[in-house]
Order: sequence, then structure tokens, then C-alpha cells
Amino acid sequence: MQKIGVFVCWCGSNIAATVDVAEVVQAVKTQPGVAFATDYQYMCSEAGQSIIKNAIKEHDLTGIVVCSCSPRMHEATFRKTAQAAGLNPYMVEIANIREHCSWIHKDKNEATQKAIILANAAVAKVNLNAPLVQGESSVTKRALVIGGGIAGIQTALDIAEAGYEVDIVEKEPTIGGKMAQLDKTFPTLDCSACILTPKMVDVAANENITLYTYSEVEQVKGFVGNFSVTIKKKARYVKEDLCTGCGECMSKCPSKKGKDEFNCGLNNRTAINIPFAQAIPNVAYIDAEQCIKFKTGKCGLCEKTCSANAIDYNQKDEIIEREYGAIVMATGYEPIKLDKFDEYQYSKHPDVITSLELERIMNAAGPTGGTLLKMSDKEHPHSVTFIQCVGSRDISGRGKPYCSKICCMYTAKHAMLIRDKYPDVEVNVFYIDVRTPGKNFDEFYRRAVEEYGVNYIKGQVGKVYEKDGHLVVQAVDLIANKQLVLDTDMVVLATAIEPSKTARDLASMLTASIDTNDFITEAHPKLRPVESPTAGIFLSGVCQGPKDIPETVSQAGAAAAKVIGLLAKDKLLTNPCVAHSDELLCNGCSQCEKVCPYGAISYIDKEVNDHGVRETRRVAQVNEALCQGCGACTVTCPSGAMDLKGFTNRQIMAEVDAICK
Amino acid sequence: MQEVIKKRVKELFDNNTIVRAIGWENGEFFYDHTPAVFDSAADMDVFVYDNFCASNLSKYLINHCAPEGKTLVLLKPCDTYSFNQLLTEHRINKDNIYIIGIGCDGMVDIDKIRALGIKGITKITQNGDELVIDTMYGEKKCKKADVLLEKCLSCKGKKHMIYDELISENEDEMPQDASKRFDLVNELENMTSEERFAFWQNELSKCIRCNACRNICPACSCRKCVFDNSASGVASKANADSFEEKMFHIIRAFHVAGRCTDCGECTRVCPQGIPLHLLNRKFIKDINTLYGEYQAGETADQRGPLTDYTQQDVEPTFISDKEVK
Repeated sequence: MQKIGVFVCWCGSNIAATVDVAEVVQAVKTQPGVAFATDYQYMCSEAGQSIIKNAIKEHDLTGIVVCSCSPRMHEATFRKTAQAAGLNPYMVEIANIREHCSWIHKDKNEATQKAIILANAAVAKVNLNAPLVQGESSVTKRALVIGGGIAGIQTALDIAEAGYEVDIVEKEPTIGGKMAQLDKTFPTLDCSACILTPKMVDVAANENITLYTYSEVEQVKGFVGNFSVTIKKKARYVKEDLCTGCGECMSKCPSKKGKDEFNCGLNNRTAINIPFAQAIPNVAYIDAEQCIKFKTGKCGLCEKTCSANAIDYNQKDEIIEREYGAIVMATGYEPIKLDKFDEYQYSKHPDVITSLELERIMNAAGPTGGTLLKMSDKEHPHSVTFIQCVGSRDISGRGKPYCSKICCMYTAKHAMLIRDKYPDVEVNVFYIDVRTPGKNFDEFYRRAVEEYGVNYIKGQVGKVYEKDGHLVVQAVDLIANKQLVLDTDMVVLATAIEPSKTARDLASMLTASIDTNDFITEAHPKLRPVESPTAGIFLSGVCQGPKDIPETVSQAGAAAAKVIGLLAKDKLLTNPCVAHSDELLCNGCSQCEKVCPYGAISYIDKEVNDHGVRETRRVAQVNEALCQGCGACTVTCPSGAMDLKGFTNRQIMAEVDAICK
Repeated sequence: MQEVIKKRVKELFDNNTIVRAIGWENGEFFYDHTPAVFDSAADMDVFVYDNFCASNLSKYLINHCAPEGKTLVLLKPCDTYSFNQLLTEHRINKDNIYIIGIGCDGMVDIDKIRALGIKGITKITQNGDELVIDTMYGEKKCKKADVLLEKCLSCKGKKHMIYDELISENEDEMPQDASKRFDLVNELENMTSEERFAFWQNELSKCIRCNACRNICPACSCRKCVFDNSASGVASKANADSFEEKMFHIIRAFHVAGRCTDCGECTRVCPQGIPLHLLNRKFIKDINTLYGEYQAGETADQRGPLTDYTQQDVEPTFISDKEVK
């Protein structure tokens, strides 16, 4: 029989204001096994912990229940407290009477009754707890960064600087990501490429960094400290070690009708291509779907041209298996598709463009050589209209419910740049709100209005249409309270951003959780913003939520710091709450093996002694180093042979019974 | 066909291909043939195969395979699905087993004949589509199609999924009408939750916990059932209220979900006439809806949708969004 102590925390008024803690104490005292119960203002404080330690010693407690906040907050604290008093840390259970109770109820009586039930359930569980001992696992001292945009680049550089090996997997033929496509950056208006490309060069030069471009993560196995990752390096049909990036092949390639992805498809590129002048690696790739040689077998001009003999039409996809201790998601974003926003004519009129397309048009390496021209007739526009929040803050279901965060600032930047270079161009910006929190952000926006004469009009655009060769914007000015019909030459849509499409599949592979918008969930929104709830998975950049470059870089550094902290350890303590199979009950059916996401279960033929009957049976075996205690096997096992230490079927049933009593 | 099978099995005994055979023999009455283990060619004299050999023999292989040498089993087309499922789950070893796939044109439910008002039945023979029934009151006739067992009404077809040799005349015949398979499930789904609860309350309250459904079920192949394991906390537990009597069947349905081949044995053997197969069939229908058509036991190397994960799997919200009933 256990001797259980119950400690009810007030959490100041967080719990005590809604839950009658004294009543909880009185109620649990009647529960089987409870030898001691008390309450205190802050159980997690030094004084609170002393109460627990003293009670353990004084009453020879064999297990304790702390009724307090979520175990995610203080379970570790109270386990250490118990351990300090000589109790096995796994004899501690938390009844969450704050997040699950006091914070969500208003009626004190109701909340108190619920707190009693939750406490009773925890007591019922502790009655069946057994002491558990943590094991150890090793750490592979290498990190993987998925995504080679500014987030991935910064994370990789910081990890590499600390002396650890780090690999970057980038799905495009070059690193650089979205930042490489930008012309200028707010609020300083410095050239994006000028500040990014030195970092890209650093990546290429750093001995600790291995770059896998034009590559994708195919499979992830293992767990924190011991991930095993399969990377598919797609065939470039160009030997990376030989190609000098001279670009001679591109000038000879006769297949010139590919959409230039780097320039948002605004101009064409050759089938053999280097995305942009500062690409890293500066190595060409062949788009096999476009290449004449691949389609017809004839051509081979690039091969004849290449003085480095780098062309290899027979190159195959390469599969690389690597071990990592930590994985950083830095998969970034994409602008959303605008097919549900027909009112803006984006798909119908070439002069209705997205902001990212405008970045390319404004850029010297872009489709117009940096001159602001209409894409329809390559003429100079006299009026440009910006529409904010296209798909952002959208509750109609066509777009995204969240604020994309970067659009207000880059639109101010675009408006300012246009007015600066072409003072004859009238610039109108339609907005819902202008959001400019950030260092020097509001000053920047005010300059656009006050010094550059950009017209900001509060109101949404109802529709854009073509009339007599002009674009017409039909909108409402909410401040003047009147309908507007404006002639304009160009319309720029501040398109909402969404997580990269690859994030979802990757999150599944990594068992990292994602939210309803496919952003990767952080372990705690305030206190653990760069960690996934899955140990060993870290978040960098927009994959976690919309953010601008300075924020992305800070988060990338923070993720790197977390990775370095992990890789610096020689051993990790493993979770002792792992699965265990009762070989006498095991049917050998392999169902648990099939559902195990960690490959922790194998089957062996083993001689067993089943109440005097000796026979060889096929039975499941759990590799405790691999098992992460997810419990999938226990619910799959029909005979109940598989059970999870610390969360046994009987413990859970006891909790349910206590709640349903 | 009985004689052809008997002759062939005897041959296999004689040439030492097999050391044991599992088939059927006469039970107490001519219409309740029971599974039987034959250890020699001579034993086979009492072997029977006719319209009353409904029992699925595949599960008997778990405990009744000969310790050495091959055991022969006679499997009707539907029984082969269960056999494959048991292979998938490593409960039997194909190396020790010799399968003769035997043809079947449906098994007969004696109670359905009696329900036609035919009493004092002494013998039944088949003549084409018709059954000729000798009774104490003279000869009667009925259409075989009208008196088929419930499980035969949703026949999966006459093709054997696995065999070493075949004795079958209608191997490629397709089921006459499989579209009605989910009719009763649909009916249940269309009930209000109160009606549905009342339906199951009424049916499951008849249960006497004889365990026949569990014991016959080829998917219920655990060495030790949770309901027999005192450590599980649910064994030998008296029903505390009328809801608890449902728990056994609901838990059993969950345990066999994704593994049940819809062989229909549970309903056939239930002495209380509870349509237990409807619970399993509801799961099958949901699995088909959520993960695409799946037939457990079609092959021995397929992965069941509930124990497999693919990136294309439906999201949990799919269920609430679509309100799969």
C-alpha cells in the first residue's frame, strides 16, 4: 500500500480564487492511500518545496500528488524536489487544476468539485506507480538544417561557428531563399543581396557546413540525439565538382522557354540554368522536363560547350543516409495562390502583380533590368495602386486568418522606392490598418507618407477591372466615407504568406506538430519559441509564424543556441516511460511493430515457460533506447501484452474510474 | 464433391504429403457438422462436405496443427481470407500447412428452412438451385437462395485467395449481389442516436456471455484474451449496469477492427441470434470510407490501414468535417 502525500497549490490567486483549496485537501484525505494532504500559496517556491520534502521524510511518503499547474510547467521541478527527499522522481504525479480547471471555470463550487476529481484521479494513478530509472543515450554531434533561406543559413553558420558539423538541405538548386529575390530591405533600404550573399559565401566556405542543394529529406527515423535521415539529392545532370559556373552553357542552350522561377516566372530561362549570378553553389542544373536532349535525345550543345566537361546526362538521383543529433526546420514560406481572389484580376491581367513580383521588377537583375515597367507593354506606368491584406486577416475562408506581418512594411518600402525613383508616378495604398511595430518601422512608414507623398487610403478594394486600356480600381475610402473609382496602370497585391508546402510532410516525418495554418508549433509560445514539442526538433524562421528578416535572424540564432546546447552534451537522459511487452501474453502478431514510429520493436523467437509449458514463441521486444513512450503499441496490442511504464493500462483505467465514480 | 475431396485427402495421407487433415464430420444432427481432426486415411471415412459445413476451419490451425509434418486444411473461398489474416499476424505457419481450396455455392441455415413452416426434417439434398427436403410428413422443396446463411448473403465470391490445390467448379463465379452488404449498416446509421442505442441495447441485452463469438472468431486469436486475464482489470467482471454488457462486444469489435475479414462466424454461432457482424461491418465500412476499399486477408502481405501510416492518410478533422456516420 502506498503512502501518498497530496500538495494543493494556490498559485497565488490563479487557482485559489476559483478553487476552494482547503476543500480539495479535505476531500483527498479520504482517498485510499492518502497519508497526508496540505495546501500552500506557491508550491513551486523554495518554501513550498520544503513543505513537500519535509512531508516525504516525516510521513514516509511513497508517492506524491501535486495539484498545481500543467505538468509542462513544473513536473520537472517537483520530480527534483521528490528526488532530493529520497523519493523516486517517477512517484510524482501532477493534477493540473490550473489550466484544466481554475482558469477555465468561473463557478467556484463547480471548479472545486472538478479539482477534487482531478486530484482523486492522480491519487488513483500514484497508487499504481512504480519507481522508474532513466537510461542514457548518445548524441550524434552533427545538426541538420532543412531549408537554405536566411533562417537556415544563419542557423547553420551559428552552429558551425561553435565548432559543430551542420548540413543544409535545400530543395532549390541554390541557397538564398526568398531573401535572395528581394531588392531592398526595410527599414534601412539596403540592398538585400548585398547583405545576404556574404553569408551565402560564408556557408560555402565553412568547413563545418555541408550543403545539399537540389535535395529533399525523404525519411527521418530515430529520436533526439540519434536521428537517421535519408536525403534525396536530385540529379542536376551537371557534375558539381567540375562546373565552374561560367555560364557558357546557358548562352548556348537552345531551349529558352522555361519559366524563370527566380524572377517569379516574369521572364524565361534556359533549360540549363544557374538561378542567379550569386547562386551558391555556383553550379548549373538541367531542367530535364524542358531540355531537348532529354526530350528527343538530340542536342547536347551544353555538353559540347562545357570546357570543364561537367555535363553528365546520365547522372542519377543520389540517396544519402546521414546521422544527426538535432534537426532544425527552416522551411520558410510561399505567397498564397490567388485563384480565389478573382476580383483583383491577377490571373487575367499582366499588370496586376504580387509584391514579390514587384521586387523582381525593381531589381537590377530582374526581368526589366530594374526599371519600373508594366509587364503588358513594357511602358512606364504613371500610377501604381497597392492593395494590402490580400488573403491576410481573411475570415471568409479564401485566405488566411492571420496577419502576414511583413506586408505593411514592404509596401511602404515599395511605395517609397517608386516615388523616389519616379516622382511622376502617383502611388495609392489601400489598407485596413497600417501595422508598424518594430525598431524604426513607424518612422519609415511616416516618411513614405510625409516625405514621399504616398497616398494611404483606408479602405478595401472591391474590384479591379480593365477599361479602355487602363486598370480601374473600385474601392471605398472609409475615412472620407465615399466610393472611389481610380484609374491606374499597375496594381500590386500584398499577398498573404503561408508556410512552404513541404512543411506539412516534413512535420509528419519529424513527428513535429503543426497548427491549423500549417505553421510548426513551438513547445511553448512564450518560453520555448524555437523548440518543437518533439525533442531535438528546432524551429527557425517563418515556418513557425510570419516574421521579417531581423526577427528571422534572431530566431535562427536562438535555434542555433539550442542546438549547440544539445550537441554539447555527451549523453542524454532517456525517458524511462517506455513500452514493455509481456512475452507470455504476446501473440507475435507484429501489429505493434507496424505502428511503432521509432522502429523500436522487433520480434524474436524465444523459448518461454508459460506456466510449465516450455515452447518457442515469436515475441515482441522493445529497444528501450529507441522507444519514445508514445504508447501507439499499447493501444494496438489486442491482448494487452504491450504496456507503457509510467502510463500502464491499469493506471489509466484507475484514473478513468476515479473520474467516472 | 464430398467423395472427390475424401478420395484426394486419402491419397495425400497415403503418399505421406500430409500427416493430419482438418475437415468436418457429422455432429449430433445431420445439419450441424462440426470441425474434425483426421489423423489417417481411415479416419477420413466419416468426413462430410455438404450444405452444412459453414464453420471456418482456419482458426483451428493455430492449436491443431500436427507437431511435425504437414497438416491439410479444407478451406472454402471465404475461409481463405481468414487464413491469410492469420498468416499476416504470424499465428500460423504456411510451411506446415497444405491447403485444398474447395468450391462452395453457399451454406444453408436450417432455421430459415424451419421458418418456411417445414418441420420434421430428416434429410436434405440439393438438386440444382433447389433443395429437396425429406420430412416426416413427406417431401418438401425450397429454393436454396431463400435459405442461405446470413454470412452467405454477402458472399465475397468463389475465388480462393490462397491454396495449394483446388477442388472447385465455380472458382471464377462472382457474388450475385454484394451491393447489399452494407444495407443494414446504412439503416443503423440513419437511425437517431437514441434509436441506435435502443437497437443495440435490445440486441446486446440478450447476450449470455457464452463467448461463442469470440471463440469462433479467427481474428480473436490472442493466446490470452483480455477478458480472461485477471491482470487486465476487465476479466470476469460482473456487469455493474446495463451499459457494461455492451462493453464486451464493443471492445471486441475494436480489437478486430481492420483485421476482421467479415467471415460472419460471430453471428452464425450466436445462440441468442444477435447480429454481431453488424458491429464489425460498420468498422469495415468506415475504414473503406476513410482509407479506401480494404479487404482484410485478401493477401497475406498487405498492411492493414489501421496499422499503417501514409502521408496520404486522411486527417482526423476529415471525420468531423464529413460527419462520417
